[in-house]
Amino acid sequence: MSQAADLPLWAAIAVSAFLLLGSALALIGTIGLTRLPTFYERLHAPTLGTSWGTGGVVMASMIFFTVTGSRPVFHEILIGIFVTVTTPVTLMLLAQAALHRDRAEGDANVPPSATAGTGAGKEAPAAGTAD
Amino acid sequence: MSVLPYPLLSLSLVLMWMTLNSFTIGHLLLGGIIATFASWGMAALRPHKPRIRRWHLLPYLIGIVLYDIVRSNIAVVSIILAGRSHRQRSGFLAIHLDLKDQTALAILAVIVTSTPGTAWLEYNSSDGTLLIHVLDLVEEQEWTDLVKNRYERLLMEIFE
Repeated sequence: MSQAADLPLWAAIAVSAFLLLGSALALIGTIGLTRLPTFYERLHAPTLGTSWGTGGVVMASMIFFTVTGSRPVFHEILIGIFVTVTTPVTLMLLAQAALHRDRAEGDANVPPSATAGTGAGKEAPAAGTAD
Repeated sequence: MSVLPYPLLSLSLVLMWMTLNSFTIGHLLLGGIIATFASWGMAALRPHKPRIRRWHLLPYLIGIVLYDIVRSNIAVVSIILAGRSHRQRSGFLAIHLDLKDQTALAILAVIVTSTPGTAWLEYNSSDGTLLIHVLDLVEEQEWTDLVKNRYERLLMEIFE
């Protein structure tokens, strides 16, 4: 990393700030994953890593390579876009699986399926995925 | 069949091609050819074609979503770090959506999912009920208002 020595002070501060912010958010997200008690609450924790966790690291990368590479580098922004757009797919799969399991077990804390009116814990396929 | 059945898709593909490679004439041509063929392939699948009616509201939507993501990141971080004193406040919330456009619903799903603290669980397209899980469900009405008034109304203006 000989390039890093050429980095002006303002860019070094900005890069480290964004890098620390992003990695701290990802770390807090994983801490939340272990500490939150129920499955549905644990769903929320990793989204810290997929939103501003990724965002911070991507910003740091863009600033670093733009300043050291002397031409604008922003293809990292595609990482952010694709992570954001694909996260709902996995999250919905996990959520649907969890809802199906809890309803089949007759968990009273989980709201009944909206599809069948009274159909709590039916074998009905998980209707109503997005789109 | 027109030459470019999905102009927006083709444009995004060209832009993506050039960001990944470089902004030169050569890559503009190459990316243009690839994007044209890709959009023909897409046309063969006959997907639902979104119709964006009010372009000028898109930057506004992106702006408020980015702001909300920052705000909810802070909120979720404080909940996780505060630890056990904050328990028993999360819960399910059913919201009736008037939004019907598929693309708009997909965008709403991305918004709800990417803001930490809310998770899209289930959407029932026959009666338009959306089930979300909220980590900090103190005021149910507040969260319903957030989805209904802040996002849904704007998405309906843009797409319907």
